[in-house]
Amino acid sequence: MAEYLIIGNGTAAVGCIEGIRSTDPDGNITVVSGEEHHVYSRPLISYYLEGKTTLEKMRYRPEDFYEKNNVNLIYGRAVKVDTKKMSVTLENKKRLFYDKLCLCTGSSPFVPPFEGLDTVEKKFTFMTLDDSLALEKALDKSARVLIVGAGLIGLKCAEGIAERVGSITVCDLADRVLSSILDSECAALMQHRLEENGISFMLGDTAVRFEGSKAFMKSGAEVEFDILVLAVGVRAETELAKQADCKVNRGIVVGTDMRTTTPDIFAAGDCAEGFDSSIGQNRVLAILPNAYMQGHCAGVNMAGGSEVFDNAVPMNSIGFFGLHCATAGSYPEDAEMSQQKTEGGIKRLFIKEGRLCGYMLIGDVCRAGVYTSLVREKTELDEESIAEMKKFPSLAIFSAEKRSKKLGGVV
Amino acid sequence: MKEHYIYPEFEVVRNENRCIKCRVCERQCANEVHRFDPDLGIMISDEAKCVNCQRCVSLCPTHALKIVKSDCRLRENANWSDETIKEIYKQANSGGVLLSSMGNPKPLPVYWDKILINASQVTNPPIDPLREPMETKVFLGKKPDKIRRNANGELITEIAPQLELSMPVMFSAMSYGSISYNAHASLARAATELGICYNTGEGGLHEDFYVYGPNTVVQVASGRFGVHKDYLEAAAAVEIKMGQGAKPGIGGHLPGAKIVGDVSRTRMIPEGSDAISPAPHHDIYSIEDLRQLVFSLKEATEYKKPVIVKVAAVHNIAAIASGIARSGADIIAIDGFRGGTGAAPTRIRDNVGIPIELALASVDQRLRDEGIRNNVSLVVGGSVRSAADVVKAVALGADAVYVATAALLALGCHLCRTCQSGKCNWGIATQDPELVKRLNPDMGSRRLVNLMDAWRHEIKELMGGMGINSIESLRGNRLMLRGVGLTEKELSILGISHAGE
Amino acid sequence: MKRVYVNEQWCLGCHLCEYNCAFANSGLSDMAKALRDKPIFPRIHVEDSGKIHYAVSCRHCTDPICVKSCIAGAISKVDGTVKIDREKCVGCLTCVLVCPYGAVAPGPSGAAQKCELCLENSCGAPACAAGCPNNAIVYEER
Repeated sequence: MAEYLIIGNGTAAVGCIEGIRSTDPDGNITVVSGEEHHVYSRPLISYYLEGKTTLEKMRYRPEDFYEKNNVNLIYGRAVKVDTKKMSVTLENKKRLFYDKLCLCTGSSPFVPPFEGLDTVEKKFTFMTLDDSLALEKALDKSARVLIVGAGLIGLKCAEGIAERVGSITVCDLADRVLSSILDSECAALMQHRLEENGISFMLGDTAVRFEGSKAFMKSGAEVEFDILVLAVGVRAETELAKQADCKVNRGIVVGTDMRTTTPDIFAAGDCAEGFDSSIGQNRVLAILPNAYMQGHCAGVNMAGGSEVFDNAVPMNSIGFFGLHCATAGSYPEDAEMSQQKTEGGIKRLFIKEGRLCGYMLIGDVCRAGVYTSLVREKTELDEESIAEMKKFPSLAIFSAEKRSKKLGGVV
Repeated sequence: MKEHYIYPEFEVVRNENRCIKCRVCERQCANEVHRFDPDLGIMISDEAKCVNCQRCVSLCPTHALKIVKSDCRLRENANWSDETIKEIYKQANSGGVLLSSMGNPKPLPVYWDKILINASQVTNPPIDPLREPMETKVFLGKKPDKIRRNANGELITEIAPQLELSMPVMFSAMSYGSISYNAHASLARAATELGICYNTGEGGLHEDFYVYGPNTVVQVASGRFGVHKDYLEAAAAVEIKMGQGAKPGIGGHLPGAKIVGDVSRTRMIPEGSDAISPAPHHDIYSIEDLRQLVFSLKEATEYKKPVIVKVAAVHNIAAIASGIARSGADIIAIDGFRGGTGAAPTRIRDNVGIPIELALASVDQRLRDEGIRNNVSLVVGGSVRSAADVVKAVALGADAVYVATAALLALGCHLCRTCQSGKCNWGIATQDPELVKRLNPDMGSRRLVNLMDAWRHEIKELMGGMGINSIESLRGNRLMLRGVGLTEKELSILGISHAGE
Repeated sequence: MKRVYVNEQWCLGCHLCEYNCAFANSGLSDMAKALRDKPIFPRIHVEDSGKIHYAVSCRHCTDPICVKSCIAGAISKVDGTVKIDREKCVGCLTCVLVCPYGAVAPGPSGAAQKCELCLENSCGAPACAAGCPNNAIVYEER
C-alpha cells in the first residue's frame, strides 16, 4: 500500500489529502503538522480577533476530517529529508518513510533586521493562530498599535483589532495600501474607508529603528506605540526542499502537475512556485484557493491519477469595514483600461488582444467571478462581448449557445 | 380636435398591503398599464390602456391585483346601454368600423344550455366507462349507402377517404398570422398526441409543422394564401373555407404589419402587404363552381384525402348544405354565429348568422330527408364549450365538432377580446416575438391534451349513463335529448321533445 | 442528480423566480409579509440584456471552484448539492470572486448565499422552477 507523507497541515495539505483520497481510498496518509491545531483557516485569524468567528468555527474541515480520511496526524517539525532512503526525520528523531512526499510547508513572516527590535516588549507577527492568540492577550482599549506593512495581512490585522485597541497606525514603504493588488486610485478608496474607521497611515515611510515603545521612521518622524505588529511580508518555507535538492527560486519550483524537480516529491501552497497563467511563468501565488487547488492536484498525481493545474491566476477578494474589493489577473501597461465609477466604488477592466487580462472592482463586487473566469480561461471575446462585459459581469458576455450549455447542462 | 373622453372600462385594484413592488405586472403588460413610480415608491396604473386580459392578475405572486368593471356609468337607460352609447362616441371620434375579436358576446339564446341529456334507469343498464370499453373513435368522410358486391359476389370494401379521429373533436381553423407560431405548435403537437386534427386556417403551413401533417387539416380560402402542392399533400384533409361563423359574408384582413418574416413566407405574400381574403371565392358562384374546386383539390391530392367545405351557419343553411353534399365534398363543416375570430367588424360579429344548434339540427334533418346524409359527415363549431356540448352536438346529428375558443382558453386566453390589437399578453394572438415566447408549446400542448383527455372522460361518462358504448350509436340519436324552456317551433327545428315528454 | 436548468428561449424576464426564491427562503408563510417594503436577497437572479432574459442560479458544478476556494471551509458539496455553512462564513466573498456564473452573492447578513435547491426550506423542491410561468426553469435530471 502506498505511503503518502505530507509535511504541513494547512489548506494545501487538506487539498492534498482530498486529492489523494479521490484517487486512492486505501493508501496510508501521514500528515506532519508544525502547529498543534486541527486544520484551521489561516485567513480567519483576523476575523477571530474581530469576533466574526470562533476557534470552533475556524476549523477548515470538520472535527472528524482526519479520521474520515484515514489520516495519521503527527504534531512535530520535519527537519530532514533523505531522498535516497525516502524518509523524513522529525525534530524528535522520529523517522517517517514515504513513497510520495508533498511539501505543504507554507511560508513564514519575513522580519527585517530592524535596529533595536529586541528592545520592543510587545511585538508580534500575524500569520498563525498562535500569533493571533498571542496578540489578543496584549490587546487593550487604550493600546496604541503600530503595524508595519499595509498589505493584506497588516490591514486585515488592523481591521480585526480596530474595536479592541486605542489607536492604529499603519506604515508601509509603498506609497499606497495593498500595493500588490491595487493601483493608486483603487488603493486610495480602500485607504479612505480604513481611515474613516479610525486607522491612520504613514505611507512611503517605514520604521528603521526601535527604542522600547518608540519607532523612528525613515522620514525622521517618531511614533509612540504599545504594540508592534510586523507584517512586512512572507517568505516561502523551502528548507526541506533545498535539502531534497529540489529547484528553489522564491518558492519550490513545481510543474503544472505539482511535481518538484526531485522525483516523488511534490509541493503545494504558499511554499510552491507554480505556473501563473496570467504572466505565463512561475510565481509564488500565496492565496488560499491556489493552495487548495495545488494541493488537490498534487494529491491526485501522488496517487497515480493525472490532474493538471495550469490556470492559476492571482486573485483576491478582500473587504474592510464593509467595502469590498475583488481583483484578478495581470495589468499589463499596454492593456486598454475600461473604467466605470460607481458611488464609492470603481471598476477597472484591463483588456488586451480581445481578452480580459485583469480587473479591479471596488464596492460592487457582485458576480465578479464571471470576470475572473474570463481571466482564468483567457476567453477570446468579440467586440459585442467586450461591450457587454464593460457594462457588468453577466453571462450575456457569452453567445446564446455557450450560455445554453452553461445553464442547460451539467457543468 | 380633442377626442371625446371615454371613461376607462376597467379599474385596476391593487391591494397595497399585498403589493411587494416586484413589478411583474409592469413587465408582463404589453399594454403598459402598470408602472413603478420611484418617487412615490408605489406601482401606479394607467387604466385607460387596460383590456382586462388578466395577465397581471394571473402572475401577481401575492394576488394583490384585481381588475374590475368600472362603476362609472352613464345614466341608466334600458334602451341606450352604456356600451351602445360608448360605441357611438368611439365612432364619432374615429369615423371607423368598430372592430372586435372572439365570439359574439351578446345575450342571445344558447341552445346547448336548454337541452338536457338522458340517462338509463332500470330497464336498460348504464355502462361504467371505467369497467367496460367505450368507443369514441370516429371516421369522417363519405360513407357507402348500402352493401355492394362485385361481379364475383365479394364485398366491396373500398370506401372514400376518411379522416380518423380518436374522439369527435378537432381544433378548428386558426391561421398562422392570426395566432402565433407557438400557438400553432401547441395545437399541432396536441392534435398529434391526441390522434385528432388541427386546422391551419388560411395562413398556410409553416415548414416546421409539415411533420404534423397526418393530423393537419389544411385550408383553401378565398385568398388562397399559402396553397401549393406540398401543402395539400402534407395534410390529412383539405378544407375549402366558404365562410366563418363570426363574420359570415365577409372576407378577412390581416394587416401588413403582421405579415412579417415567417408569416410572409408561409402565406407566400410579400412582407408588409395586407393579406386580404375576399368575401367570396371569385371562382365560386354556384354549387357547380364549388364542385369544380372540390374536384380540383381531389385531383391534386389523388383522391386520397377527404375534402371539407366549411360554411357559416346562415338562414338557409339546410339548402346550402344540401348543395354541398351534392358537390362531391366529403365533409361539411358548419360554423355557428358564436364562433371566434381574430378580428371582425363588431356589427357583423354580433348580428349576422344563426345559432349552430339550430343549423345543425336542420341540416342533419334535411340531408336525411333527402337521403344524402351518408354523402357527407357533419362537423359543427361555433362555441362548443364542454364535453356536454359535444355530446349534445353528436346527438343532434354531428359526426364531430370543431373547437377553437376552448382550445385558446386552454392555452391561456382570457377572452379579453382584443386580439385585433396584436398585443396578446398570453402569446397567442400576436406576432411580437417578445409576446410569442410567453406561450411555451411544451406547456401549451400539455394543457390542450389535458383538456381533451378530460373531455374524453366526460364524454364516456355521459355516454355510459345513456347506456351507449360507442359514439356512433349516439350520432343523430335525438331521443337522448330533451328541451327545457323552448317553444314548440324551437323544439321542432331541433327535432327533440320537451323535457317531461 | 436533479438540478435547476434554465432555457432562455422561454424566459420572459418576469423576475418571478427571484421573488419566489426570496419567499421560499424567508421562512415565512405569507409572501407579502416576507417581501413587502424590503430589499430581497434571492439566490437566483435574472439577467436582462435587451430582449434576452435568463435566470442564473448555482449550477452545483461537478468540480465546484467555490468549495475549493472558500477561505473558511464553509462551502461543501453534500450529495451533489453545494452548500454554504452560513455560521462559518465570514463574508470575505472569495466565492463571489471565483464563481464563473455569478451565482453566489452576499445575503442580508453579509454572509454569502446561493441556491441550495430549496431542499432544506419548506418548499422541498426549487421554488423558482415550481413558480416559473413558462417552464423556462425546470428541476430535473439531465
